[in-house]
Amino acid sequence: MPETKPVLMQGNEACAEGAISAGVRFYAGYPITPSTEIAERMAARLPGLGGVFIQMEDEIASMAAVIGASIGGKRTLTATSGPGFSLKQENIGYAVMAEIPCVIVNVQRMGPSTGVPTAPSQGDVMQARWGTHGDHPIIVFSPASVYETYYLTIAAVNLSQKLRQPVILLLDEVIGHMREKVFIPEDSKLMVEKASDKVPADYKPYDEKGLTPLVPFGFGHYYHVTGLFHDQYGFPTGDPLQVERAQDRIHAKLDKYRDEVVLTNYIGHKEPRVVIVTYGCTVRSARAVIKKAYWQNRQPAGLLSLQTLWPFPAKEIETLAKQADVILVPEMNMGQIVGEVERHVKGEAEVIPINRYDGEMISPDQISEKMGRWLS
Amino acid sequence: MAVIESSTQDYLRTKKLPHIWCPGCGNGIVTAALIRAIERADYDQSDVVIVSGIGCSSRAAGYLNFNTLHTTHGRALAFATGLKMARPELKLFVIMGDGDCSAIGGNHFIHSARRNLDLNAVVVNNHIYGMTGGQHSPLTPTGKKATTAPGGTLEREFNLLDLAKGAGATFGARGTAAQPRQLEQLIARGANHKGFSVIEALSPCPIAYGRKNKLGGAVDMLRDMKDSSISVERAAGMEEADLKDKKITGVIYNYDVPEYAEVYYRSIGKD
Repeated sequence: MPETKPVLMQGNEACAEGAISAGVRFYAGYPITPSTEIAERMAARLPGLGGVFIQMEDEIASMAAVIGASIGGKRTLTATSGPGFSLKQENIGYAVMAEIPCVIVNVQRMGPSTGVPTAPSQGDVMQARWGTHGDHPIIVFSPASVYETYYLTIAAVNLSQKLRQPVILLLDEVIGHMREKVFIPEDSKLMVEKASDKVPADYKPYDEKGLTPLVPFGFGHYYHVTGLFHDQYGFPTGDPLQVERAQDRIHAKLDKYRDEVVLTNYIGHKEPRVVIVTYGCTVRSARAVIKKAYWQNRQPAGLLSLQTLWPFPAKEIETLAKQADVILVPEMNMGQIVGEVERHVKGEAEVIPINRYDGEMISPDQISEKMGRWLS
Repeated sequence: MAVIESSTQDYLRTKKLPHIWCPGCGNGIVTAALIRAIERADYDQSDVVIVSGIGCSSRAAGYLNFNTLHTTHGRALAFATGLKMARPELKLFVIMGDGDCSAIGGNHFIHSARRNLDLNAVVVNNHIYGMTGGQHSPLTPTGKKATTAPGGTLEREFNLLDLAKGAGATFGARGTAAQPRQLEQLIARGANHKGFSVIEALSPCPIAYGRKNKLGGAVDMLRDMKDSSISVERAAGMEEADLKDKKITGVIYNYDVPEYAEVYYRSIGKD
């Protein structure tokens, strides 16, 4: 792919640029620290591309506007942070239920509530999974660098379109505000994966047989869109059989495309005794630890970074648990993903949480101190 | 009785009937008036979008054979804003109930009025939350009873059209289910208006509101609605004291202000 010379860019800006490269031409949002730069970048960029930027009256409206624009056929994105992410939950659930593609960025800050607005945190991992009510499928990515933010945003937009499923990008304040070198491809059209445009005359937007593309409003298909359980044409139903089938179908989408959805990256020893499992900005501290332990000292250590948090990379963890004696799980919260790790390790390795929740990053020392004990 | 000539049936999803509304409900009358207004405007069926919120009247979207979007409670206008900005050529009608529009959706309502996108809001005002069984809304008149105001609500009510006007709405009209011809004309005029239009449609809820307040059956309620309404033209020559208990119907205000999608697309060189 043709690339320009490197540019120095903030994570939030890279997110906006990734969205634009992936064809996003509609942004609705509301100002909130530390995500505001995404809105500012979109406000500056979209009009020149013939797109729409709109600052809505609140977070709820931003989420609603994005869904409305998606039904109109636009690729859409909205960005927010903790408190705003809480407000968006209802309509995120609507997008899941009605299978409307959209991307929601949450640049995590320290909570609960207003918390420490400018301090980093990874406290929204479980909210991203279960923030909206009811059983529902969700895709959540968490980038560990500015470069990864750019590419994961593109992946989020394309997957969202393909699976007709909202995708959440869980940045943290460190990644959002950090400046790093990024290569932005020259021809952004390369980044837009087009959905199939073959539509049968009897268009079923919720075809039981499998994924159908969303035909936007205004093309003569008079289907219905609702947050109620619905039949293949979108009309409300309370029939237990249809309800169960619809629930199974929206969950099965993610299982079927699991290999495209679940992204992880392993570095380190081939037969590790100790593995660090982490995500987001904490990957950076973990990488420094592995650099020393494995690349310099050849100790049996490794790092599994999770680009995808949800659906949880269960298979990858199960494989690791068979090899490693110890799995360290550093995260900037009181322990959220660690429970999920334990669930899939099933006692085959020792799982040790490393937590920090004072608004500061986990340092490499904090990790290596725990790790040292198992490698000596 | 005059028969209203219409091909209403053409735009109904008759297979989805019977509807969920109670006997005597005004939602059917308002929905039929909406269909005839759309017919009058002579739009392409495929360009017409019905957006609705949550509540009894919002279920109308499911019965209408257009592009239909049944959203979340209070958020219909916010969904509509996104869709209209994305696809300004589409013709959007937004059906909301009084609680949906003025309570949980109040913020979206005033900002839609301010922004002046070409959306046609049809607010079915039956003074009550019907679907949940009769709780008071911001449009329940002071003193009227509801399940959550067993002794009569102590709160003051909004004047919906004044609220919209204060927020910058450029077209405001009021009609009633008792006068469906006029209501149809008002919705049609709102549709022709370039900008945000609000049509308040007073509508009877004999089950959840009428019964609690001893207002009689549907026919009594419709008759009272008709008797207590007065056209804006007639009201113009009357004293304020004589209008105290009257509902003024017709086009209450109509201003010519640049429409937002046009302003936006012109600003980016795509008009």
